[in-house]
Amino acid sequence: MDFTEDQINRYSRHILLQDVGVEGQEKISRGKVLVVGAGGLGAPVAFYLAAAGVGNIGIIDGDVVDLSNLQRQIIHFTPDVGKPKVISAKEKINRLNPDVQVTTYQTLLTAENAPEVIRSYDFVVDGTDNFPVKFLINDACVMQGKPFSHGGILRFDGQTLTYAPGAACYRCLFHAPPPPNAVPTCSQAGVLGAIAGMLGTIQAAEALKYLTGVGELLTNKLLSFNAKTMDFRTIKTKRSDKCPVCGAHPTITQLIDYEQAACDIADRKKH
Amino acid sequence: MAKITVNGKPQELESATTLARLIALNNIVQPDMVSVQLNEEFVQRERYEDTALKDGDEVDFLYFMGGGRC
Repeated sequence: MDFTEDQINRYSRHILLQDVGVEGQEKISRGKVLVVGAGGLGAPVAFYLAAAGVGNIGIIDGDVVDLSNLQRQIIHFTPDVGKPKVISAKEKINRLNPDVQVTTYQTLLTAENAPEVIRSYDFVVDGTDNFPVKFLINDACVMQGKPFSHGGILRFDGQTLTYAPGAACYRCLFHAPPPPNAVPTCSQAGVLGAIAGMLGTIQAAEALKYLTGVGELLTNKLLSFNAKTMDFRTIKTKRSDKCPVCGAHPTITQLIDYEQAACDIADRKKH
Repeated sequence: MAKITVNGKPQELESATTLARLIALNNIVQPDMVSVQLNEEFVQRERYEDTALKDGDEVDFLYFMGGGRC
């Protein structure tokens, strides 16, 4: 891959990094990352991946931009209210970095479309707001041996882990989705907007580390933080032999569409 | 007396406290919604009652966090 003078200039702060260099930037530029959800987490993830020059960014989201999204979903602007999130995100990415090819999927990720959508990407970022899709991403990625970054935020807290084949998956830690409405979502309980940026940029960094092979991923670790105290904690985890999807005797061999919390769906229609 | 670590913070317990008792002591609101790691190993829910904690144990409560796209 031959970079133009402008590209060398654009990516110079990456190229200057000894661990990245021209070679690492080439890996980023050849990279394909799928961002599931163009919301609080997906917005900073997609923005930073685009700025970094990730060659191919896929964005899947079935929603349109709502005024209440703008407190944290920084890829969407006030005039975008009512516009499909994937279109709004694509427009910003194109303006930020024309080197990036954006593929949009204006739909929800489902058990039916997940294998096909995920297949062509090197790395997947979970920026979803609900457990059914979080477990779906996990299972689909485990089944395809596809690395991904899990992220969750709520109120003042965030948590993230990175899965790579052989490491603990999300289901090793949390066996099954909680019953609908047992755990509040941000739309029910609220979230400090900047938390989305804190966690999303960690996820974007993990994607870039994966593409370049620099450093150690957050595999077999769960990073969590609380913004009230600014305490960050990394808990060591292990792959569980009893994990229903990646354990010794998996009981989950097909993807599952878990039922959405009723109020989540009502909320989604309202938005 | 057993000195253990709960989510990175020291906690003193009467000896022979079980994991189930620890969950109650820590006022975990929805115990069903929490994953428990003891010394970096996941503990199955049905084992909470008969898992006694000993000096030096490290317990981590992992909470579901679902937001992001919302």
